[in-house]
Amino acid sequence: MFTGATLAVSAVLFAIGTIGVLLRRNAIVIFMCVELMLNAVNLAFVAFAERLGVAGQIFVFFVMAVAAAEAAVGLAIILAVYRHKETVDLQHINLLKG
Amino acid sequence: MPPILSVVYWAFAVLAVLAAAMCITRRNPLASALWLVQTLFCIAVLFTILHAPFIGVLQVLVYAGAIMVLFLFVIMLLNLGRSSGDLKGLVASAVGTILGVLLLFYVSPIARTSIPDAIVLPAGALDSTLVHQGVVGSVAGPLFDTYLVPFEITSLLLTAAIVGAVVLAKRKL
Repeated sequence: MFTGATLAVSAVLFAIGTIGVLLRRNAIVIFMCVELMLNAVNLAFVAFAERLGVAGQIFVFFVMAVAAAEAAVGLAIILAVYRHKETVDLQHINLLKG
Repeated sequence: MPPILSVVYWAFAVLAVLAAAMCITRRNPLASALWLVQTLFCIAVLFTILHAPFIGVLQVLVYAGAIMVLFLFVIMLLNLGRSSGDLKGLVASAVGTILGVLLLFYVSPIARTSIPDAIVLPAGALDSTLVHQGVVGSVAGPLFDTYLVPFEITSLLLTAAIVGAVVLAKRKL
């Protein structure tokens, strides 16, 4: 009954997450914005699951598992980079820059 | 549908968007993380209203409880709590915001999606599943039946992630 409204909220949250990724330089905050985008998509999945059956909710379950794995590995990478560079500011992590 | 449900729904939807906006604009990463926790709680409420109470509980336990604690732990470990702002310059911020608003216009037609009547569940079908199979059972049934193989692969993925995280974060193996 809230399908359209939920999809609108989901679109807004996704856009806010994208703006966050574009606006910030701190690697951890960018990572949190990516989590926000994942959650926006989860919201769309649950909205569709309400109309089309429980499979959407199960996909959300898998997205959460992948997000947990991603957070663990991603934060470990950020820790390793911090140990090497003493910063998480992406402006200073530019080895690939020409 | 009781009218109060509509009020609760919109209150938490607006709160989720506001908290997300606070999350991306706070200078302190710690404040950012806590505003994100607020957003995740609001989304959990929306899940519950959308007949997915088990997913809502998982959202609080796994996302707000486990993943965000990991984020907070790393922020405190690296002592980033007092870092002075990492927002990009004025031009970069303006361009980023414009691109984000363009993206919003690009994805917003999703809100007007019309689902073909042929594949829509009959009204109250999900409700009756929740009543008959239980809140957990309605998700766990298909998960351990139709989706058993993806479920097992997920456990493999989590094991690989744990090993990978330990190897990456350890100073000396």
